[in-house]
Amino acid sequence: MTTYTPTHVGTVTKYVVVESFDVTPADLAIRGYEISNGAMIKDTCFGLVVTGKPEEVERIVTGLRTMDPDHIFVKDRGFPPGDPRRCRANLGGARPGYHGMEFEMTVIPYITHGLEELKKRDATAVPAPKDPLDTSVLDVAILKKLIDAQES
Amino acid sequence: MAKVFIYPATSLILSDLVSRHGHTPLSSAVAIRERVQTAGLESPPLQITPEEPKKGLKWAAVEVPSGVRGRMALYGPMLEECEAAIIINDADFAFGCMGCARTNELIKFLLRQKDVPKLDLNYPRNEEEGVQFVAAIKRFLAGLGSEK
Repeated sequence: MTTYTPTHVGTVTKYVVVESFDVTPADLAIRGYEISNGAMIKDTCFGLVVTGKPEEVERIVTGLRTMDPDHIFVKDRGFPPGDPRRCRANLGGARPGYHGMEFEMTVIPYITHGLEELKKRDATAVPAPKDPLDTSVLDVAILKKLIDAQES
Repeated sequence: MAKVFIYPATSLILSDLVSRHGHTPLSSAVAIRERVQTAGLESPPLQITPEEPKKGLKWAAVEVPSGVRGRMALYGPMLEECEAAIIINDADFAFGCMGCARTNELIKFLLRQKDVPKLDLNYPRNEEEGVQFVAAIKRFLAGLGSEK
């Protein structure tokens, strides 16, 4: 076993993912470089990876969000950008963790719609979504209807 | 500002919505970052050392595979720390290998045991469900207090 000496100690890394018709990852990157003060910014196909001191990253992320608040999504990342243990340049194929993000990108348009809609509607007046734990059994009347439909 | 455990712990949507409403999402990235930034013995790729399955004994019995216990060393402290939880029940992509799948089951079990506010959801499948999804999270997080 070899000794492990970490890099970028005391920093945080955040993904800034953009799903917008108006703002591209390149636009985000340019804006990010404009407002950054010593943070490392990596431009990717889905947005940015921002690494730096926590308060600096928070400031950049807040600044970037204002470009298109309902279409920009942010999450934490454990590794710094380009880390050989995670970067697809070294591993081949998609970065581990990208598949989850890829799946959620298919859902994000609905979330974006929700965020936009709630600016016009009162959140308390919106009906609650169906409880996933409330799994109902097949109603006898529906079962009979199915049987009748099959037999006729 | 409440600490909200999100399941799946890597969820971009939940992480964003929780921080958007002024609370702290507890995601796996935070636990991984802690290990990646701590000096010690080299144990790529996630810096999970043989110490982690030992720490995981707090949440899983010794006969439980070390893969589950090692993962619980990441999630266990966050489960104890959390003041609320948002769970997406149809997150099929979180399945992974059997280690991940069993850890997910244990995480959900421990969350259900814990006496904290919980919100159970499914991913939205259309725009109206998207509105309901975001509104449910907004109401839930507002109920936790101290929104931005």
